[in-house]
Amino acid sequence: MIGIIGRKLGMTQIFNEEGQQIPCTVVEATPNSVIKVLTKDKVGFDSVELGFGEQRHARESKKGERTPRGRRAHKAVIGHAAKAGVTIAPEVLRSFRLDDAQLKENRKAIPTYALGDKITVEIFTPGEQVKVTGTSKGRGFQGVVKRYGFHGGPNTHGNTKHRRPGSIGPGTDPSRVIKGKKMPGHYGAERHTQTHLRIERVDVARNLLYIRGSVAGPPNGIVLVKKQG
Amino acid sequence: MHPFIETQKEWLRDNIPPFRAGDTLRVNVRVREGDKERIQAFEGVCIAKRGGGVSATFTVRKISNGIGVERIFPVHSPMIAEIIVVRRGRVRRAKLYYLRHLTGKATRIRERKAKVTVPGSETVAEAGVDA
Repeated sequence: MIGIIGRKLGMTQIFNEEGQQIPCTVVEATPNSVIKVLTKDKVGFDSVELGFGEQRHARESKKGERTPRGRRAHKAVIGHAAKAGVTIAPEVLRSFRLDDAQLKENRKAIPTYALGDKITVEIFTPGEQVKVTGTSKGRGFQGVVKRYGFHGGPNTHGNTKHRRPGSIGPGTDPSRVIKGKKMPGHYGAERHTQTHLRIERVDVARNLLYIRGSVAGPPNGIVLVKKQG
Repeated sequence: MHPFIETQKEWLRDNIPPFRAGDTLRVNVRVREGDKERIQAFEGVCIAKRGGGVSATFTVRKISNGIGVERIFPVHSPMIAEIIVVRRGRVRRAKLYYLRHLTGKATRIRERKAKVTVPGSETVAEAGVDA
């Protein structure tokens, strides 16, 4: 299902027609260019690769003038974009499957895209359901209370085990810990998809999407907004 | 300015009178009953203002039939038809939560008088700036 790559700007609230406050995440999605088109005949499935944002091609200052700041696009990316007729290398490339496996029965006509086409926020209409993928905020090494929502022990009544996981399994038989046992470890900074979010408003002039509810990741994080299949 | 903040500005109301905690306000609220709409007034003391931009709110407290009632209004809500400042109060706190523990005469708030402009005071003020 076609979607768009955007940048999470943050959260705000808007008022709907009934005067209710709606919490919204604002996603800025400048027009995405179609960088690559894959078709069923060639690779066995239909998908498009979209590019979002811009990358610098050359250093801004002259050589030797001062230390160049920021990343510059490498030639592979520039060449890849140039094949689609896109002169500025995109910052982020992501591909979107057009023929969803789940939709085999009631498959709609697969939309076709040409290289260099622009995908804008106009593909969404207010009221539509979407799923949004982002990378959640990294929380480092965390205990089981934060990581898995364990309740921990009581704070008083002589108890000394406040945020510990407790027993991790039986003893002599089986003499091992069952795989997948929830334990402390690294939490966050992983891909997370939130489904069934509602598009509240589409601001075409400013390339903004107002999506009801929260979305994984920090402000300025890259998110993928896809139509709910 | 960031486009995100810029869009927020669009939804801000510009017809809000300046008011602060301690002021007595009459808030005309739009009430929808079926397909009819009427205006209901809620009058009481503003005991708190919080938040900024489109998400700013204020709390109005009144005593209704001997029971304290508080309503929190979003400042920029389209459901508010009008905010009228009935009386300006002189208070020394930004949040008047202490009023919740007080009853009767103790809840009275002194009136804040507008600054008296003495004729010819402008010239005096200007001279002060120059000095």
